[in-house]
Amino acid sequence: MSHELRGSSAIVGVGLAGCGEAHGRMPLDILAEATHNALDDAGLKLSDIDGLFTGSSYHFMPTLSTAEYLGIKPRFSDGSMVGGSSFVAHTLNAAMAIKNGLCEVALICYGSNQRTAGGKLATMSEQQTYETPYKPRYPISSYAFAAARHMHQYGTTRENMADVAVAARKWAQLNPEAFSRADLTREEVMSARMVSDPLSLLDCCLVTDGGGAVIMVSSERAKDFPNKPVYLMGTGTAHWHRQITQMPDLTTTAALDSGKRAFDMAGLTKDDVDVVELYDAFTINTILFLEDLGFCAKGEGGAFVSNGNIAPGGSLPVNTNGGGLSCVHPGMYGIFILIEAVRQLRGGCGDRQVSDAEVALVHGNGGVLSSQVTSILGTEAVL
Amino acid sequence: MSEISTSPVGPGPDKVYADYLKKEVFALPKCKKCGEFHFFPRIVCPHCGSFELEWQPLSGKGEVYSTTTIRRKPERGGNYNVCLVTLEEGPRLMSRVEGIEAEAVKIGAQVCAQINNDSDEPFVVFTPAKEA
Ligand SMILES: [Zn+2]
Repeated sequence: MSHELRGSSAIVGVGLAGCGEAHGRMPLDILAEATHNALDDAGLKLSDIDGLFTGSSYHFMPTLSTAEYLGIKPRFSDGSMVGGSSFVAHTLNAAMAIKNGLCEVALICYGSNQRTAGGKLATMSEQQTYETPYKPRYPISSYAFAAARHMHQYGTTRENMADVAVAARKWAQLNPEAFSRADLTREEVMSARMVSDPLSLLDCCLVTDGGGAVIMVSSERAKDFPNKPVYLMGTGTAHWHRQITQMPDLTTTAALDSGKRAFDMAGLTKDDVDVVELYDAFTINTILFLEDLGFCAKGEGGAFVSNGNIAPGGSLPVNTNGGGLSCVHPGMYGIFILIEAVRQLRGGCGDRQVSDAEVALVHGNGGVLSSQVTSILGTEAVL
Repeated sequence: MSEISTSPVGPGPDKVYADYLKKEVFALPKCKKCGEFHFFPRIVCPHCGSFELEWQPLSGKGEVYSTTTIRRKPERGGNYNVCLVTLEEGPRLMSRVEGIEAEAVKIGAQVCAQINNDSDEPFVVFTPAKEA
């Protein structure tokens, strides 16, 4: 018997705002504009929203601040905070709330002015007592540890990681909305300034402004909206640690569990997936997640990305908007992978459109490879 | 080590750990039930869920599990090492290897714990182990 949440809700509106630089705008200004765009897309108005799902690095009580700003009085709110993966995790909570009649129109939203506010990663995170004396750079050093370990155990190379950045850039060159679109070579990534070995500046995601919003309703209502509905087939969450010292094996993430849970709920397998949008905060992420989600064997991610599989024209379209590496990355990126997946499944992505895309996998990451959340989205064809 | 309290109403594990370091002892909680050590110090064994723990000194021997060189301009103090060390007794912690260039720290290297007492809050660093 299929899971009761499988296909029970659908995304009927998406919106972006302020991606790149949004001079003079505060995080909630950007969030509100993205929400306006998503409502426009769905043919709804603010007062229709009765469920609110959001996360923030700026607002201690993000659902309260967001609802207040927007002037809405949600019946159900959820500000679960699992870093950049929060917004992907919110799809599961929204689906549960909708299924149980706790809300009808769910808004999942985010906004950040990280770039124009000076580029520093905003955080309300507590200090990590046992890390502070050693002055790691947060979060890059944790990802550097994972990359170094993957290289040590599996022979993955800096060339492999550079190829992730190059593939992302090639997709970005097909996306007029992407922030970084200049030509990029493997050599340029490898000769860029080192930040935390083995990661160079170009192994790191962008620092931009930006906001995104997603509107979800029950599948029964989904066909009454202007755009083709994109159904939530399944979401799985998993987390095994908070601090990098507590991650059991730095080459294997909890995506192993989140992916399996999402596929189980969806009743689909990796062979059904037409397009993959995953959280590439650093180049090593793409390699780790492709392995842990089952697209290649553990240890073979380096070869997989270097054999042209994930770039435009390859066997598996990955991060078709250009990713956090080349499209947009305002502190937390989870909402943007959802939005790109929806756009691909609707069709109409222009030069970067994946043909006959019916199933998309969205994978969010939070903390330091800590929170892993996988969603499977599908068109009516797979419902 | 009875002079440092482990009573439930006394100081918590962070304080006990720090107090040991101030006495130049590198010690961690060991589970009386499953026998495993853990780091960071807690009041419950994360391996088996037991609350029956006792503090035990460590050998100080460990192996570099992963390592990074953090790039910093020379005028700001230059490059430095941050690493993850897996202790002989099992737990893994963040630290740094001193006494060699940051870039010379390699995964798999055998290292020895030292207590850095330069501040009021001592912490554990490592140096390369002497060849056997
Ligand atoms: Zn135990």
